[in-house]
Amino acid sequence: MKKTIITVVGKDTVGIIAKVCTYLADNGINILDISQTIVSGYFNMMMIVDTGESGKAFGEMADELEETGRQIGVSIKCQKEEIFDQMHRI
Amino acid sequence: MINIYEVSETNKMIEKENLDVRTITLGISLLDCIDSDLEQLKSNIYSKIHEAAKDLVKTGEKISREFGIPIVNKRISVTPIALVGGAACKTPEDFTSIAQTLDQVAKEVGVNFIGGYSALVSKGMTSADEMLIRSIPAALSVTERVCSSVNLGSTKTGINMDAVRLMGNMVLQTAELTKENDSLGCAKLVVFCNAPDDNPFMAGAFHGVTEADKIINVGVSGPGVVKTALEKVRGENFEILCETIKKTAFKVTRVGQLVAQEASKMLGVPFGIVDLSLAPTPAVGDSVADILCEIGLEYAGAPGTTAALALLNDQVKKGGVMASSYVGGLSGAFIPVSEDQGMIDAVTAGALTLEKLEAMTCVCSVGLDMIAIPGDTKASTISGIIADEMAIGMVNQKTTAVRIIPVIGKGVGETVEFGGLLGYAPIMPVNPFSCENFVNRGGRIPAPIHSFKN
Repeated sequence: MKKTIITVVGKDTVGIIAKVCTYLADNGINILDISQTIVSGYFNMMMIVDTGESGKAFGEMADELEETGRQIGVSIKCQKEEIFDQMHRI
Repeated sequence: MINIYEVSETNKMIEKENLDVRTITLGISLLDCIDSDLEQLKSNIYSKIHEAAKDLVKTGEKISREFGIPIVNKRISVTPIALVGGAACKTPEDFTSIAQTLDQVAKEVGVNFIGGYSALVSKGMTSADEMLIRSIPAALSVTERVCSSVNLGSTKTGINMDAVRLMGNMVLQTAELTKENDSLGCAKLVVFCNAPDDNPFMAGAFHGVTEADKIINVGVSGPGVVKTALEKVRGENFEILCETIKKTAFKVTRVGQLVAQEASKMLGVPFGIVDLSLAPTPAVGDSVADILCEIGLEYAGAPGTTAALALLNDQVKKGGVMASSYVGGLSGAFIPVSEDQGMIDAVTAGALTLEKLEAMTCVCSVGLDMIAIPGDTKASTISGIIADEMAIGMVNQKTTAVRIIPVIGKGVGETVEFGGLLGYAPIMPVNPFSCENFVNRGGRIPAPIHSFKN
């Protein structure tokens, strides 16, 4: 399993989750966990996904999701899980 | 599993508080390049560095992309050139031509600095050491990316005062030869006492002779992260203050450890150390002086500054050592003037003087760093400043350094602009009284009594 954290931040609008999930489904990326909040009108989502079964290279996936984000006016960032694990777990 | 708050905390550090990995430095031993023929030597050096570092920049960018953490610099350090060039170089000009080879290969592989144009002369100088030292002004004026350092003393050996006197002249000559660029050459020249073999930070990085053939050393940073964490504990007691710095330093260092391991894996080069320094940049919010202010000082330099810095330095180390098994290099808080907006403001306000900076170097990780002084300062005065700093390092068994820039044609009250990460600095006054007779004595200062531990 290769875990990646996807964060989506931006102004709330219709279909953000749908758009991101469609991309992930199309590319064989499994969603393990989603948490989402809205702070003063701003959409804030974190997804933990497994990219182990996907044929996409990390850089390509990150670029394409970033572009998807641009189209719907939110910022989408992909990071491997280790950076958070290292920082927050002993 | 990781939760949304932890993810946003990390990303806030990166996006808003300038958390970054300051440098991945690839150390390369050049001992196997040694040849008595100068052209052959240069060709060996070029090939070895090119082969070892050709993927360094690409790897750094890939790691940066995967973890979403900026890696600001990719750099190379090599074996001190005085050792490598000794057999082939007959004149200082021969050494300068090696500097040009280093510059050329640095440009070729895309690193922004290459360190190791160095000599280790803490007890005495060989003729190769002396030739290299005499070639430094020319070498730094004809190259762009080469950094030079000279180790002038240590707790075990004492201080080589002949070399200290020589370096005073060399600093001034370097300033003279690069005066068209506000004496920028001196920003790439540092002298040390107790220089570490595995320091990843420029200008003082070199690949020590005790190191493996190749090694990855990583320098982390993050003064902005510490400052922001401290904002939340304003007015609390020292225990809470220290706990907060420690926890933050731990998190910052873990990122460095991760990046170091990944880089080591991808490049197939063993991991050396993480240097857990708080290294400021001229960017707003990336300042060590601002942390000192957050601790409770009006400006860096106010009474209490040395105590606050001592505390900061110690807590950064305590938090960092748990985050990585191999901590090394300089590790602590850097206090350069021109690279730290808070320090610049303190100097401009009259709060921070050269003498106070010297006191601060007793408790921080390096020394007098990136300080602009008047261009008409005498060489012997510069040697005196160096000797003082070396003495602090020698007696306190710590690394100290001097990177001072006599700006030719400028005086107190004027400002000098270096650009980029090197920043800008107001020119600081220097004590005008002479130390010429002291510096001219010749010989060396013996090692202190506490060096005899056997």
